[in-house]
Amino acid sequence: MWLNQFLVLSAVLFSIGVYGVLARRNGVLVLMSIELILNAVNINLVAFGSYVQTVVGEVFALFVITVAAAEVGVGLAILLLLYRNRRSVDIHDVDMMKG
Amino acid sequence: MSVFSLLVAQNVVFWVIAALMVFAALRLVTTRNVVHAALYLVGVLGGVAALFLLMGAEFVGITQILIYIGAVIILFLFGIMLTRTRIGDEEKTDHRNRLGAILAGLAVAGVTIYTVIAGFGDAELGADTRTTTAEVSDSIFSQYIIPFEAVSVLLLAALIGAIVVARRE
Amino acid sequence: MGLLGAFATTPAVFAAEAGAEVVKAGGWFLANAWLIPLIPAASFLIILLFGKRMPRGGSEVGITAVAASFVLGLLTLVQWIGAVNAAGDAAVSPAISKWTWWISGGTSFTIGTLVDGLAVALIFVVTLVSLLVHIYSTDYVAGDVRYTHFFAFLSLFTASMLFFVLSENTIQMILGWEMVGVCSFVLIGHWWEEKANSNAALKAFLTNRVGDIGLLIGMAILFFAADSFSVVKINSLAAEGSIAHGLLLAASLCLMAAVMSKSGQFFLHTWLPDAMAGPTPVSALIHAATMVVAGVYMVARLFAVFFEGLAIAGSSVNALAIMGGITTLVGASLAFVQTDIKRVLAYSTISQLGYMVLALGVGAWTAAVFHLFTHAFFKACLFLGSGSVSHAVHSFDMKKDMGGLRKHMPHTFRTFVIASLALAGLAPLAGFWSKDEILAGTGGWGAFGGTGGNGAYTFVLFMAMLTAALTAAYMTRCVYLTFFGTYRGHGHPHESGRRITVPLWILAVFAVGAGWTNLPKGFQIVPKGWREQFGHYVEPRAAEGFYFPHIAHATPSWTLAAFSTLVVLFGLGAAYYYYFVKVRALGGSATELPNGLTSRFRIARLGHRLLARKYYLDHLYTDILAKGTAGPVARGAYWLNQRGIDEVVNQAGRKAVSAGHVLYDKIDQKVVDGVVNATGRASHGAGEEIRRMQTGKVQQYAGVMFVVAALIAVVLILVL
Repeated sequence: MWLNQFLVLSAVLFSIGVYGVLARRNGVLVLMSIELILNAVNINLVAFGSYVQTVVGEVFALFVITVAAAEVGVGLAILLLLYRNRRSVDIHDVDMMKG
Repeated sequence: MSVFSLLVAQNVVFWVIAALMVFAALRLVTTRNVVHAALYLVGVLGGVAALFLLMGAEFVGITQILIYIGAVIILFLFGIMLTRTRIGDEEKTDHRNRLGAILAGLAVAGVTIYTVIAGFGDAELGADTRTTTAEVSDSIFSQYIIPFEAVSVLLLAALIGAIVVARRE
Repeated sequence: MGLLGAFATTPAVFAAEAGAEVVKAGGWFLANAWLIPLIPAASFLIILLFGKRMPRGGSEVGITAVAASFVLGLLTLVQWIGAVNAAGDAAVSPAISKWTWWISGGTSFTIGTLVDGLAVALIFVVTLVSLLVHIYSTDYVAGDVRYTHFFAFLSLFTASMLFFVLSENTIQMILGWEMVGVCSFVLIGHWWEEKANSNAALKAFLTNRVGDIGLLIGMAILFFAADSFSVVKINSLAAEGSIAHGLLLAASLCLMAAVMSKSGQFFLHTWLPDAMAGPTPVSALIHAATMVVAGVYMVARLFAVFFEGLAIAGSSVNALAIMGGITTLVGASLAFVQTDIKRVLAYSTISQLGYMVLALGVGAWTAAVFHLFTHAFFKACLFLGSGSVSHAVHSFDMKKDMGGLRKHMPHTFRTFVIASLALAGLAPLAGFWSKDEILAGTGGWGAFGGTGGNGAYTFVLFMAMLTAALTAAYMTRCVYLTFFGTYRGHGHPHESGRRITVPLWILAVFAVGAGWTNLPKGFQIVPKGWREQFGHYVEPRAAEGFYFPHIAHATPSWTLAAFSTLVVLFGLGAAYYYYFVKVRALGGSATELPNGLTSRFRIARLGHRLLARKYYLDHLYTDILAKGTAGPVARGAYWLNQRGIDEVVNQAGRKAVSAGHVLYDKIDQKVVDGVVNATGRASHGAGEEIRRMQTGKVQQYAGVMFVVAALIAVVLILVL
């Protein structure tokens, strides 16, 4: 197998994730797209780890999985709070930080 | 590397999985049904797990299934339920102006794909890339113990943070 | 291997080269110093779990534990003195016991104890003051709802402070540093039901976080520079010049930020006066004698780093000395305008901490540690005395509720006056000796016939001298307002009980005698064996490759001592004339002259206002920094609500905006300081420009981020 098979697939998934993050209005869907991006990164980590014959890539993929789990937890908690306050999870409406 | 090796079983499996993953990913970011999106996400995550197994990373593959498909997806479904996002078709899932997002996605895709092709040409993965769980655990609990502990604290912080943010008053 | 069995005494080995020889100190108490913090830590757990069911609410456990620590500390001190005596002219290496609890990537993480002269001196101070404060508290907080909780945290604080003092490595130092901070937070907020108290606790905690960043970065720099967490190793490498000067300078400056917050140095000192919201015993123990000197102790502990990093030797100015000098002046001048007796003492503490930092800055290491030692006793005595007074009159306000207490509270009065004179620095009380050593240590006296010192810090000497006069004056004012004139409060005050007066007298004895432990070399009235004993046992003897830099010692001269005494007497006399003669002539209940300086001279009035507003620092922090950022947020909320459908919400938004505007107008009018004003306007203007870019749309930001990242990648591809 070529290394590039994995890398290109990962790049494609990453870009689709980027599109999702930018284009979706529903907060839950944005979070899903972020998961897509993180998984694309994980594919890269494991592929490179296999390529240079080291276990480090896998170790870091595991760390990414852990951090991603934490991120989903906190992200959904924030969305829940947002929904409770505004009856909507539309990211478009959230612009309290406007200067 | 000859063209024939593309027909090796591993490769066939890869291309099938890859095609399914790209399809699922595209539907994930385009579907109007939130629950369907979650199911497409399961497809992508399962594909990633299969790729991990294909690359000989057993432990990460199993973890991927357990954590992502087992836990994260459930979390998402709860999130969909609790935020009462309409189950079924929804009008306002996308922005009116999707062109910018498409352009940004294409820009990122172009740059990354060019880079990996230019950088790794026809580099091949070794014949035997399997790693055992024991090796992974040895690495985590010796060299990467501090990051491991840091991640533990991070998880605790996320747990507390999620409770504090989401509880009622 | 069991935890206890793993402890082994491993004396640090140094390459003893030409010059002083290095011998190791041994002995059971030196090797087992870890027991000293462990006993109060155990006491904390016991009180927390079982305290409520005990006949005396757990206070007996706390007192026993701290007494045990005190005895152990005393035995350690005796053994250390024995080791130094046995070594003769040789330098004594510290006794280090450590236990490796983790090895990762070739770096071992240890926990352990480092016992040397500095550590035993601090152990003595911490355990003694803590013991007295414990005894005092059994009366002072008697009947409090959280009596048990109070003693539990006093124990925990004592344990944390001892843990910090005995730190063998920098990680342990950071841990101890944070632990004392947490205890301070809890104890300041002991009566958290009142908003002001919990606010004070938060302010103390948050202000300290600012400095803690500096501590973390500084310690990280030192770790990467020395490739070790060991205090001794870092110091040795710094002293012998193996670490690049730039790294040491960066580390020193970062650590100075930590000193600034923890030890209340200008301009992060604002939390300390507010911290007086805590119970008075806490103020005496934590915010006068022990925790606030943690910064000073840290500088003394890593002195080689600062000495080399700031190039203290042979200079006439450096950041540390200036920081200390400014702090000592600011603290002393602010102590003048306070009407709350504890706030007078708090600013006085800031001022004296500045004195110590100043002393370290000029390289007068022994003088700084000696001043830390003496200051702990007389300042704890003053705080406990103020607590005793407030116990009687149920207030801290000197002008409204005190006066004439001399007759009602003879013990408190006498001890308070003794400690005040010690603080003012009048011979032969403790403060005189330590203050004078610092003055001599500046080397600024060189032009007037003094000798020695690490440089000619003449400017710093002037600052210190001025502070000496101010200190004498504000303490005179404080004593007059509290104990003289006629009683202005309600009810009939009476002397506190034994459990309060006995600790006061013990501290007063130390306030008199602590200074005699380090009589100067030139003081030939007493035999040689009585002179410079503190320095002899506490200061590490310089040796090749040792963990302490070669520092020069100044010789205190008679003329300097005479001159500084004159300065103190001048301050004392001026304040005495003002209060005891002029104000008193107006009658017993007068507290100020009606046509005093402030009503006659515009400059004096302005000065008074500047001091009363605490140099506008709190305004700067809350109005400019905090509320200045709140204004734009309020306007953002307005914009948001206008788009909403609800008219009610809309109105609320308008209110918020007008509130924001009022805030701005108020700030503009209130803050007369031109510089501050200009800074505020400039940043406001810049904010107006930048805010147009802030659409508040997260996805827009994300899109920009991705596109820019892609562009940067393209550039990198083209370049590489």
